[in-house]
Amino acid sequence: MSRAAEAIRDRVAVVGVGCCQFGENWDQAPSDMIVDAAYEAYADAGIDRPQEQIDAVFTGSIYSNKGPHECADALKLFEKPVTMVSNYCATGTDAFRCGVMSVAAGLYDTVLVVGYDKPKDRGVAGPSVVMSQVRDLPQTPAGWFALCAATYFEKYGAGREDLARISVKNHHNGTLAPNSFLKREITLEDALGARMISWPFGLYDCAAQTDGAAAAVITRADLASRYRDDPVLVKAVTVMAGPNPQKDPGNDFLRWKPTGWAAKVAYDQAGIGDPMAEIDVAQLHDCFTLTELLSYEDLGFIQKGSAKEHIAEGTFELGGALPVNTDGGLKAFGHPTGATGVRMIYENTLQLQGRAGERQVPGATTALSHNIGGHPTACGIAILGRS
Amino acid sequence: MSGLESYGAYVPPTRLGLSTLGGGAPKEGGPEKAVAWNDEDAVTMAVTAGAACLRGFERDSVDAVLFASTTYPMKEKQGAALVARALDLRSDVRTADLSGSLRAGISALRSAADAVTAGSARRVLVVASDCRLGAPGSGQERNFGDGAAAFLVGDADPIATFEAGHAVAEEIVDLWRAEGDRFVHSWEERFVVQEGYLPGMTQVVEGLLEKAGAGAGDFERIALYAPDARSHATLARKLGFSREAVTDPLFGRVGNAGCAAAPLQLVATLETASPGERLLVAGYGDGAEAVTLATTAGLEKLGPRRGLAWHLARRWTVPSYDLYLKARNLGTSEYPMPEDQGLSATIHHRERDDDVSFKGQRCQACGAVQFPAQRVCESCFAKDRFDRVRLSDRSGHVVTYTFDFFFPTPRPPTVVTISDIDGARIHLQLVDCDPRQVTTGMAIEPSFRCIHRVGGRPNYYWKAVPLPEEPA
Repeated sequence: MSRAAEAIRDRVAVVGVGCCQFGENWDQAPSDMIVDAAYEAYADAGIDRPQEQIDAVFTGSIYSNKGPHECADALKLFEKPVTMVSNYCATGTDAFRCGVMSVAAGLYDTVLVVGYDKPKDRGVAGPSVVMSQVRDLPQTPAGWFALCAATYFEKYGAGREDLARISVKNHHNGTLAPNSFLKREITLEDALGARMISWPFGLYDCAAQTDGAAAAVITRADLASRYRDDPVLVKAVTVMAGPNPQKDPGNDFLRWKPTGWAAKVAYDQAGIGDPMAEIDVAQLHDCFTLTELLSYEDLGFIQKGSAKEHIAEGTFELGGALPVNTDGGLKAFGHPTGATGVRMIYENTLQLQGRAGERQVPGATTALSHNIGGHPTACGIAILGRS
Repeated sequence: MSGLESYGAYVPPTRLGLSTLGGGAPKEGGPEKAVAWNDEDAVTMAVTAGAACLRGFERDSVDAVLFASTTYPMKEKQGAALVARALDLRSDVRTADLSGSLRAGISALRSAADAVTAGSARRVLVVASDCRLGAPGSGQERNFGDGAAAFLVGDADPIATFEAGHAVAEEIVDLWRAEGDRFVHSWEERFVVQEGYLPGMTQVVEGLLEKAGAGAGDFERIALYAPDARSHATLARKLGFSREAVTDPLFGRVGNAGCAAAPLQLVATLETASPGERLLVAGYGDGAEAVTLATTAGLEKLGPRRGLAWHLARRWTVPSYDLYLKARNLGTSEYPMPEDQGLSATIHHRERDDDVSFKGQRCQACGAVQFPAQRVCESCFAKDRFDRVRLSDRSGHVVTYTFDFFFPTPRPPTVVTISDIDGARIHLQLVDCDPRQVTTGMAIEPSFRCIHRVGGRPNYYWKAVPLPEEPA
C-alpha cells in the first residue's frame, strides 16, 4: 500500500449527509440553504448538539464573497476552525478532501463539510459571461468544454446523438431524485432540436443553473459507530491541478488531462485495479454531456474512443453495468458550483447505504464521484465504500 | 530624396449594398460601401494597413508613426502610440496623431516627407484611417465608407519620390463634429461644394502646379478627394484633368473614406503605375493640401502588397440593414449590461506586449513557443529564460473550435478556436469566415480587432482570420 493510501484509506467515515432542494431558490438566502443541508446531515448522524459535537468546518463556494463566516454565522459554529475552499467546479470535493485530511491527520474527531452556491442572485440567466477579460473572449463555460468536440468527433466518429443519449438518461434519472431541479423526461428529438448554445451543445447538453447546498458529517472511522451502524468509509479523495488546456501545447483535445491524473491517484489510494469491475455506481461531472462522455474514458471505465458503443448499449444507465449520475447529475440538479461535489457525496452515501429509493443500484459497495472545472483546470475525485 | 518605400491598405471585407439602406434587399452587383464590422474601428484598420505596408521591411527601422484619423475613438489618449505598439515597433519611435480634418491623411504624408528630407527621421510610417458614422437614414450614411491606407516614407530606394507640396487653409463651417456628437454635421450641400470644396481644391492644385512648374496635362495619375462622385467630376473638368488620368474616387465600392479617401486612391495608382509616371494627390478639409510624386524603377522591385485591389476582391455582403445597425451599435439592446469601470488598466498595461503587440515567448532551454508570457515554461519548466517573439505576422492553424451562440454578438455564433501559431496554443475568435467553413487544421493569420467595448473604452486584442490563398 502506498503511503498516501495508508494515510487515507478507511481512516475516515461519512456518518451523516444532507442536501437541500436544488433550484431557483428565489426566496432563500445562502444561509437558508446551508442550514437546510447541515441540519439534515446532523439529523442523519444523530447530532443534536452541533456546537459541541462538530470540531471544525470546511466549506466550499466560488460565488460567495463572505468567506467562511457565511457558513459559520448561518450555523452559529463559533470558537472552532472554519475554512473556505475554492477550486472551481471541484470546490465541493476539495472541501470534503480538506475535511477528510484533517480527520485522518488526527486534528479533529468530527468535521462538518458544507458546499453551497447561489448563482441565481446575480441577475443573469445561464452561466456567467465574463466581459472584463482583456483577452480570450468569449469566456463561456459551454465554449470551454465544447473544445474537445470537433477533435473527438473527427477521431472517433461520435456525434451529437451520442451526447443526446446522455442528456436523456440524466433527465430520466433526475425524475427519481426528490431534491433535483429538473424532473422532466426528454426525448432524443428534444435534445437534438433544442437551440444551440455552443456547438455541439444544444440547450439540453448543458447543466441547469441553480442554487443549492449539501453537507456531510465525517468522523474518525473508529468513532463512526457512535453515530450510525452503517457508516460509509472514505477509500480515496484527491484533487488535481492541470494546465489551461487552451494553451497546453501537448493537448490533443480528446480528453481532459486532470481527470486521468486524479483517477490514477484515487485508484492507488483505494486499491482499485479494474475500475469498471470494482466500482458499482458513479457520479460524474456532466456540466455538459461531452464532459460526462470523456470522463467515462478518462476515468478508465472504458477504452478511449469507445464511449459511443457503451452509450448505445446502456452501460451507464440505471440497470446498466455501471450506472452514472443516478440522481440526474448536474443536468437535473443544476450546478451551484461549491455544492455539487458534496451533493455527489450525498448521493453516493445513500447508494451505499441502500437508501436511494427508485434509483438504487442494488448491492452497491463502491462509489466514485468526480468533478472537473475551470477551463477545465481542476479535477476532484472521491471514492467511498462499505466494507 | 524622400519618397514612398512601400504602401498597404485595409478595406473591411464587409459590404453594405446601398439598396439595403432603409430596409431593402441586397442587390448583387449594385453600388455598395465598405463598412467596419463591430470589432473594427479606425485603429484596427490602421494596424492592418500598417502591417500590410511593412511586409518585408524591418520593423525596427521605423523611426516615427503618424496616424491620421477623424474617428479615433479617444479624445485624450494617442492613437499612434497604440498603432505603434500593435505593430511591435521600437519603443523610442516618435508618434503623433493628426486629426480634425479630412485632409489629415495628406497632411501626414507631407509632414513625413518633410521629416525625412530634414533628416530627423529615416523612415516614417503614415497611416490614414477613417470610420465615419452617418446617422441612420441620412445621405451621409449612404455616402460614407470605411478604410485605411498606409505608406512607408523614407529615402532608401523609394518607389515614388516626392516632388512638390502645397497647402491652403480656410475657415469654413461645412462639415463638423463637435464634442459629444456621434454623427457628422453638414451645412447645405450646395454651399459646401460651391464655397468650400471646389474653390479650396482649385486653389491648392493651381498653387501646386505653379510650384512644380507643371501643367494639368503633365500627370499620368491624379487622386482627388471628393465629397461625392458628381463634385469629383466637376472638379476634374474644371482643373482640365483628362478623364483617363483621374483615379476612380471609389464611390459605390468603398464609399467616402474620409481622411483615408485620397490616400486609398494613391494606393490604387501605385498598384497600377509604371516607373517614370507623375502622380498628383489632393486632400480636402478646412482648406486643402496636395503633393506630387514621380514613380521610380523601385516600383517594380517592391514585392506584392495587400493594397486596394486585393481588399476589394475579398468581400461579403451584409444581408440586412438591421444587422448593420446592430454591428455599428445603432440599434437598441439591453445586453450586455454596462460595466462602468471597464477592464483593468493595470492588467492591460502589464500585458500590453501580449495583448496589443501579440508577442509570445520562445523558451531558451527547449525552444517551445508559448503565449502569453509566463514565468515557467509550459513544456520544460525552465524558469525566466525566454525571448519574446512576434506572432502577429505569423500564420497558424486551427487545433479545435466551437460555435458560441451564447456570447453577445451581432451575428451569432461567435467562432472560437484554439489555434496553434508556431506551437503556441492560443484562444482566438475566428472572424471573416462562414462558420460552415471552419475545420480543424485550417490555416489562419492574426488580425488586430476590438474584441469588446467596456467602461466606455475599446478593448483591442487579436482575432484569427482565414489565411488568404493569395497572401498579397
